[in-house]
Amino acid sequence: MKLTLKIWRQANASAEGAVHTYELDGVSQDMSFLEMLDLLNEQLLTTGEEPVAFDSDCREGICGTCSLMINGQAHGPEVTTTCQLHMRSFKDGDTITIEPWRADSFPVVKDLIVDRSAFDRIIQSGGFISANTGSAPEANSVPAPRDKAQRAFNVATCIGCGACVAACPNGSASLFLGAKITHLGELPQGQPERYGRVTSMVAQHDHEGFGGCTNIGECAAACPKEIPLDVISQLNKDLRTAMFKGF
Amino acid sequence: MAGSTLHDGLTPLNAAPEQTSDDAAGYYTLGEKLVDAKAPTGPIKDRWTTRKFENRLVNPANRRKLDIIIVGTGLAGGAAAATLGEAGYNVKSFCYQDSPRRAHSIAAQGGINAAKNYKEDGDSTFRLFYDTVKGGDYRARESNVYRLAEVSANIIDQCVAQGVPFAREYGGLLDNRSFGGVQVSRTFYARGQTGQQLLLGAYQAMERQVAAGTVEQFTRHEMLEVVVADGRARGIIARDMVTGAIETHLADVVVLATGGYGNVFYLSTNAMGSNVTAAWRAHRKGAYMANPCYTQIHPTCIPVTGSHQSKLTLMSESLRNDGRIWVPKNAADCDKDPRDIPEEDRDYFLERIYPAFGNLVPRDIASRAAKYMCDEGRGVGPKVKEIGPDGEERLVSRGVYLDLGAAIERLGRDKIEEKYDNLLDMYARITGEDPYETPMRIYPAVHYVMGGLWVDYELQTSIPGLFCTGEANFSDHGANRLGASALMQGLADGYFVLPNTIRDYLADGPFEKIAEDHPAVLEARSEVEARIQRFMSVDGTRSVESFHRELGNIMWEYCGMERSKEGLVKAIGLIRDLKKEFWSNVKVLGSAESLNQDLEKAGRVADFIELGELMCIDALNRRESCGGHFRAESQTEDGEALRHDDEFAYVAAWEWGGEDGSPVLHKEDLIYTAIEMKQRSYK
Amino acid sequence: MPPVATPTLVKTPRSTRSTIALKLVMAVSGLLFIAFTLVHMYGNLKAFSGQEKFNDYAHHLRELGEPILPYEGFLWITRVGLLVALVAHVTAAVILARRAGAARRDKYQVKRNVASSLSSRTMRWGGATLLIFIIWHLINFTAGKVNPQTGETGDAAGDPYSLLVDTFSVWWMTIIYLVAMLALAFHLHHGTWSSIQTLGYTNTASSRARAKQAGWLLAIVIAGGYSLVPLAVLTGIIEK
Ligand SMILES: Cc1cc2nc3c(=O)[nH]c(=O)nc-3n(C[C@H](O)[C@H](O)[C@H](O)COP(=O)(O)OP(=O)(O)OC[C@H]3O[C@@H](n4cnc5c(N)ncnc54)[C@H](O)[C@@H]3O)c2cc1C
Ligand code: HEM
Ligand code: HEM
Ligand code: SF4
Ligand code: F3S
Ligand code: FES
Repeated sequence: MKLTLKIWRQANASAEGAVHTYELDGVSQDMSFLEMLDLLNEQLLTTGEEPVAFDSDCREGICGTCSLMINGQAHGPEVTTTCQLHMRSFKDGDTITIEPWRADSFPVVKDLIVDRSAFDRIIQSGGFISANTGSAPEANSVPAPRDKAQRAFNVATCIGCGACVAACPNGSASLFLGAKITHLGELPQGQPERYGRVTSMVAQHDHEGFGGCTNIGECAAACPKEIPLDVISQLNKDLRTAMFKGF
Repeated sequence: MAGSTLHDGLTPLNAAPEQTSDDAAGYYTLGEKLVDAKAPTGPIKDRWTTRKFENRLVNPANRRKLDIIIVGTGLAGGAAAATLGEAGYNVKSFCYQDSPRRAHSIAAQGGINAAKNYKEDGDSTFRLFYDTVKGGDYRARESNVYRLAEVSANIIDQCVAQGVPFAREYGGLLDNRSFGGVQVSRTFYARGQTGQQLLLGAYQAMERQVAAGTVEQFTRHEMLEVVVADGRARGIIARDMVTGAIETHLADVVVLATGGYGNVFYLSTNAMGSNVTAAWRAHRKGAYMANPCYTQIHPTCIPVTGSHQSKLTLMSESLRNDGRIWVPKNAADCDKDPRDIPEEDRDYFLERIYPAFGNLVPRDIASRAAKYMCDEGRGVGPKVKEIGPDGEERLVSRGVYLDLGAAIERLGRDKIEEKYDNLLDMYARITGEDPYETPMRIYPAVHYVMGGLWVDYELQTSIPGLFCTGEANFSDHGANRLGASALMQGLADGYFVLPNTIRDYLADGPFEKIAEDHPAVLEARSEVEARIQRFMSVDGTRSVESFHRELGNIMWEYCGMERSKEGLVKAIGLIRDLKKEFWSNVKVLGSAESLNQDLEKAGRVADFIELGELMCIDALNRRESCGGHFRAESQTEDGEALRHDDEFAYVAAWEWGGEDGSPVLHKEDLIYTAIEMKQRSYK
Repeated sequence: MPPVATPTLVKTPRSTRSTIALKLVMAVSGLLFIAFTLVHMYGNLKAFSGQEKFNDYAHHLRELGEPILPYEGFLWITRVGLLVALVAHVTAAVILARRAGAARRDKYQVKRNVASSLSSRTMRWGGATLLIFIIWHLINFTAGKVNPQTGETGDAAGDPYSLLVDTFSVWWMTIIYLVAMLALAFHLHHGTWSSIQTLGYTNTASSRARAKQAGWLLAIVIAGGYSLVPLAVLTGIIEK
């Protein structure tokens, strides 16, 4: 296949960026999207142009490192991560626009790479259960109802990729936040810290400069792990309860 | 396990090995024998308890004054950072990813072993210990393995308390399954994402300490050198991967938890960034590298489709419980639609050769069998270019069928969907084929390395003050790792072992502060700077990637599933040539003072090249077949692996021999006192 | 200035000072509006039963609660309540909109929306339209009592019924109202389910589907119900 690629290039956080256009030939249907970019980079090397910087690590859809806004959709046209997107989803002659995640809380580092450390700080602010090593009781001493455990698992699969933020017109991280609140809030072990946790995590989310959620729903559609909108409802509910409990 | 009794742990059950062959003569020099000076003695059951008690304590008030550097935030590093932070030490944590949560442990699918015996099916610490030693083909240190089995149960408790959502039964209690051909159900899992859930648990615990101020986290930082001052590891030199700044970080002790180096093969199931750099730099500074050739090749991965391939994807082993593996009987059928090949023309080769275990034979056996089928020309799927042992380029189909057809018929599509949905989706996405309709294609791929930095019982390397945990060390799996045991080891090391052993070392601290202009610091820094300068200035014509790919081809062909003297000697020559070419013809664009992914990669590939050579030398020396290491010269009449305990029941710990020197081999004899060695047989 | 991620953690988090708290304010005030619009629509539909009944109703509203409350007491309580809700709703909307604007200052070159409804993406425009409408509406019917046909204001504009019929006899007045009702329909379509989600009652896929259905229902019933009166006047079904 032959493609026209329009790629955002930006030298570093403070430089001006711009879209550059490249022609790329010899793309195979079996390539993953990132392998297609690898190919472009090999080609750029021969012309002496610096390769396009983009993030990836596991390349199997689980680490959440890869990103990319592809033709206006986070992780591209399929419900999966960019690394698992394959060139079968495109056809010969296509023009593909590739941009970094855009959010002021995710500043561009270089080209297509952004800084998502805000997510780490949201977790630092309370996305955990305090259980010092060695202090844990026998695992089966606290049974967890299976349906709750399953819901917890379903949303614990969030990979922290940030596609939800990238897709949300408000630049809100509510889906990410809701996933963690729901995961920990559904488990018996998560109860003692439940309301303090939601209060601090939401405060940190706001402090990082993410927008508020207006229930638009683009986030869940872009989420490669199909985290449902329920988690935002759960988040709201837990915060409301926290308000009444005086947190 | 007939005849497998637990001995008293006091009397040696085997004699020290005496090597008579010397295949690697000329490629190495023989050094002093190595004894693990810290190895405890006495009844195996009491060794860890006694050791924990004997190890000195560090006064809580002193802990704040002690700085610990931990490189790596996978299960091993993340768990250690959290635990040591909780204890009140000053921890600095490093990883090359943009967040600690993305360490490669996240990709583990199947599960984690623990001797909980919840099913009352006869599991116990001893049985897990026994299975691990046997699975590792008696090439592991028994005290370490016993300790691993002993703390395994606590791991599950700890993870559950953190909120890891393990699979549960209807009553709300934990579920577990049997995994990798083991007869007991001891594998805890969170659907196909166990590694992810465990890592998030450790990550969250660590982030909690970041908030508490005990852990400082440095992401997008790559460690490029250890600082060894006055005989102790006292810090690291790291590159800020965003700004390119070279930074010095000093501490009282350094821990490497930097994962495995499977990417020396270019294609593997490891993450793109997985590397040997941290371990290799330490090796060059004096840390011994043990059993580097022990590589685990996983039989069920998605085959390569072409030269664009950047990594391989694992399909969980659990598929082998329901799938039947076959190739066409006639090479002529290989291009046919598999559905049109009648039953009688299919060769279910594992069931044929290993009737007792069938499709569930251990990983190395299943892998080799698949390779032989493809070598015979009966492989299926697209033909890919490769370089044969004769150095000629050829086109070969590298794939065998894993057929769920019978299982779908027997259990119904729903059941199969429920069990493997995620996996099968992933397969469909990558290959564009529907696994419910046509048999899946699989092929072995490099998955895990049992080799790594040599450590003593305390997990300390041969450099005082430099500890090493997780996949990066060599310790617990011998020549082959059981499925679901790497996660166990990572967390055992991180939560329970290292925090106990490191305190004995730190009890002597805080050590006298060293200045940033200490000669050792300056030397390490200038080494790093000079190296980067060199990468940037070669200005050749070949991409870093192409060198990596070529190295991978060499390693896979000659140091992969089957290794021979002739092939290894050839590989060593090829690697040496490649190294020369690399340093004269590599091309790295951009600048060193900014984010530069090619530069990062260049450093990693340069280290892989050196490691590759050592792996080949190690493989050449070990003229026996054990676990994941299969030497063509050492097999039984019917082609099965043949071990030589009398010659090779030792850990091969290699010392860096200098840029132009040859590596020095130190042997640590493996003497068992708790169980006896046996040849394994799966026929 | 390049955007910079903040390196700090919040020291004293307060649940009441969060975006979600603002959202709760919006949801509660929004639901109050919904309740009001329903009642108000019921009143409007009285127009179909003729001048006398309609005016009686309007009068009756003013006597509601007597003698415990003074004349127009109930009305004033409602008015104050609505005004507070309006101020709260609009203030929260403005703060949230500004935050959202600041959350992404660099826009995408290409952006595709795949899952969101048009109504969800136009809440702010719709809200602004409604605000302008409400201001005009109050001038029209309560505060100024402006009869667009005769140009008279205050009590001279006639009784409520006549004012209503005169207003909608002007075609462009009807259009303004119908446009406003369209904006209202959009606002309600998303607003209804959104407020239920904000309050945390949509924790499952099915409850979410029901909330969305409620959005459709209210949008059609309320906007449709309101539109009947102007349309009826225009077509002569309601006349003086
Ligand atoms: C696809 C796959 C599936 C697997 N499934 C299972 C399973 O089901 N069960 C099981 O038990 N095991 C499984 N394994 C093996 C297991 O996942 C790994 O062995 C284990 O997670 C390794 O953990 P670790 O903490 O040692 O290292 P890793 O998780 O690899 O972490 C390495 C860390 O070191 C950092 N690092 C590395 N180099 C540097 C450097 N130079 N500078 C700074 N930081 C550096 C990285 O940033 C990272 O944080 C699987 C492995 C793979 C590849
Ligand atoms: C076609 C649609 C509408 C018609 C015909 C209509 C008609 C009227 C009339 C006749 C009055 C005066 C009633 C009186 O003084 O007793 C009135 C008052 C009012 N209307 Fe409407 N209305 C419409 C839509 C709306 C909408 C959509 C809203 C709000 C969102 C609204 C809010 C109000 C308010 C706040 C008052 C003032 C009540 C008071 O005096 O306290 N109206 N309306
Ligand atoms: C007066 C002018 C109005 C303005 C400026 C306005 C503005 C808005 C905006 C911008 C939103 C989206 C808020 C967000 O989530 O960020 C919103 C939500 C909402 N509005 Fe309005 N609105 C107005 C009037 C109304 C009216 C008249 C009603 C009802 C009849 C109403 C009901 C709602 C509801 C139910 C929501 C959903 C709240 C939520 O998401 O939780 N609004 N409004
Ligand atoms: S919620 Fe989904 S889109 Fe958002 S970070 Fe998690 S996985 Fe990515
Ligand atoms: S798209 Fe944005 S507005 Fe809310 S529902 Fe998702 S975070
Ligand atoms: S690279 Fe790991 S999810 Fe895409």
